[in-house]
Amino acid sequence: MSADQFVQYLMSGLTQGSIYALIGLGFTIIYAVTRIINFAQGEFVMLGGMLSYILAVKEGLPMPLAIIIAILAAAAVGAVMYLLAIRTARRASVISLIIITIGAAIFIRGIAGNRFGVNTVSPPYFTGKGSLSFLGAYIEPQALWIIGITFVVTILLYLFLSHTMVGKALRACAINPGAASLVGINTKAMSLIAFIIAAAIGGIGGVVIAPLTMASYNMGVMLGLKGFVAASIGGFMSPITTVIGGVILGIVESLAVGLDWGPFTSAYKDVIALVVLLLILMIRSGKLAAVERAG
Amino acid sequence: MRKYLKLSLFVLMAVALVSTFAIGCGGGTQEEKEAYKIGALFSTTGAQSNLGVPEQNTVEMLVEKINADGGINGHQLEVIIYNDETDSTKCATLASKLIEQDEVLAIIGPTGTGNSMAILDTVTTAEIPLVSCAAGASIVTPVADRYWVFKTPQTDKQVVTEIYIYLQSINISKVAIITSTSGFGQGGKTYLESQAATYGITIVDNQTFGSDDTSMISQLTHIKGTDAEAVICWDTDKASAVVAKDMQTLQFEIPLFCSHGIANQAFIDSAGDAANGVIFPAGKLLVVDEITASDPQKEVLTSYRDEYLAAYPDSSISTFGGHAYDALYLVVGALENMDEDLTLAESRAAIRDGLEQTTDFVGISGIFTMSPTDHLGMEPGSLALIEIVDGAWTLVQ
Repeated sequence: MSADQFVQYLMSGLTQGSIYALIGLGFTIIYAVTRIINFAQGEFVMLGGMLSYILAVKEGLPMPLAIIIAILAAAAVGAVMYLLAIRTARRASVISLIIITIGAAIFIRGIAGNRFGVNTVSPPYFTGKGSLSFLGAYIEPQALWIIGITFVVTILLYLFLSHTMVGKALRACAINPGAASLVGINTKAMSLIAFIIAAAIGGIGGVVIAPLTMASYNMGVMLGLKGFVAASIGGFMSPITTVIGGVILGIVESLAVGLDWGPFTSAYKDVIALVVLLLILMIRSGKLAAVERAG
Repeated sequence: MRKYLKLSLFVLMAVALVSTFAIGCGGGTQEEKEAYKIGALFSTTGAQSNLGVPEQNTVEMLVEKINADGGINGHQLEVIIYNDETDSTKCATLASKLIEQDEVLAIIGPTGTGNSMAILDTVTTAEIPLVSCAAGASIVTPVADRYWVFKTPQTDKQVVTEIYIYLQSINISKVAIITSTSGFGQGGKTYLESQAATYGITIVDNQTFGSDDTSMISQLTHIKGTDAEAVICWDTDKASAVVAKDMQTLQFEIPLFCSHGIANQAFIDSAGDAANGVIFPAGKLLVVDEITASDPQKEVLTSYRDEYLAAYPDSSISTFGGHAYDALYLVVGALENMDEDLTLAESRAAIRDGLEQTTDFVGISGIFTMSPTDHLGMEPGSLALIEIVDGAWTLVQ
């Protein structure tokens, strides 16, 4: 592997990792506040991507307006999903609620396939196409947008959670929902806010990645899975660890192609990524068990 | 008196019963004959939806046309179409449903190679003819194990050969291949590897990807580090478009060759100007205006294209609809020669025999002459080499 190639693998890994991280953030927020793993997260990404294309290209709206409407629409779907599917079943166990999110995902995907059509579409690039040269590697301007927006969203989310009253209330629910409601925090409202934020971040993700990866009604399945892995590597703990998890996943996947370890060609790319996930989960559960024993 | 009443009641009932029976029989000969029911499995959603949708559209259009023209020997044609969602498990379930519940005479489809392979055992055990719309050569070989199975698209083997012959003619000997992990991609990979030596081609890099992957930059970076003179990509339009776009990003200077899996306007739409310069072999349908008037397929191709675009003005023409056209008409041809009043099992066997006896059927993908040793039966010269120039299909002379 030459130095140029190494930089290219890192850049590609960083881009893919940022995509996974952006999707993983949605998993982390909802999990923190409600203990639900929301398997419809990938569908919010799909809605962002498909709606931005339909509004900008088919309806002819200006790109910035199309983007804003697409993100708001994804957030609205997140709110409706929480109110209709999750809150009405709030007495059910967490496992049942997780299964409900899978159902919601299939429902949203089905409607999208029906309304938007099944073809893959390419929304326009934010700032033209072509590729930029950097240390002997090439990167699309859109990839820089993805990395930049992931960075900004993570910082904003961090500031929101640690420096605003609502953010602090969300964290209180995450730490101890019982105690949070005792001190007067409306945990139901907090859950709703968590779903809206997660769906909006999913929508942002869809809008910014679709020009690069293209969009289709079923793109949410694979992206949702990768986002879930990113959040798992990050331990569902905080926005920062989720982003680290996503970037680790992206770079491992990318380098797995380049390393040429004997039989490990690109066919094993996903296997290597999953092995990394398993290792991290095993190490972490060992640590958790140690903490519990000590406690 | 009571006895008399009982007797008359009995007679009345007997008369009623007999007359109903008679009317029932009489009605049968005077009214329409029973409709011929065949099944179809297409992937109208999921990874291969761009293939499945034109297939379904084509079949719906043709059934309407056949029935408007009086059906087949007076029988109306009914096609039950199920969507397998590009999922081989669903496909197998739906195949059983068509065979046992719907009691269809034959099945056309599935769309994909993976799904076709998944139902081979089902149709063979049930003894029902299958005409697949998928490319993989292994669907109909070894023919001894594929007694009930036929297919219509050109095989991956034929397409690989076509590409290699062209590469040889332009003096390219080192290629990098990048194939998908789907059934179609792996079929292509097998023949790319096994045929290379015959045409003096060396495979200098061998990469794979998942059909749903959104970036191929890493694999292509690996290829860029080799001395390959051309890249050959094997998958359907979605992932192939990602490969084309990522090659553009990485500023590749060597040409990209693709499979017939991209013979779809969706490829050009999603790859944008990265599609320009891509070369692939496919059926002549896409370049029908450029082929010579003496070509025996010209008339069939032109009328199919015009009818399809008239029926679906918002869509574009693709060779995949052509695979369904061929599959349906092959079955219709067998039905036309079938005797009346056969049982379900006898009908299925008669259709199978009829398919095997197909001679000089001029279809969309080629001209078919089947035999007990060849269940594709496509005569040579069915492929055209196509290059995308300024976002349009162009025949490579």
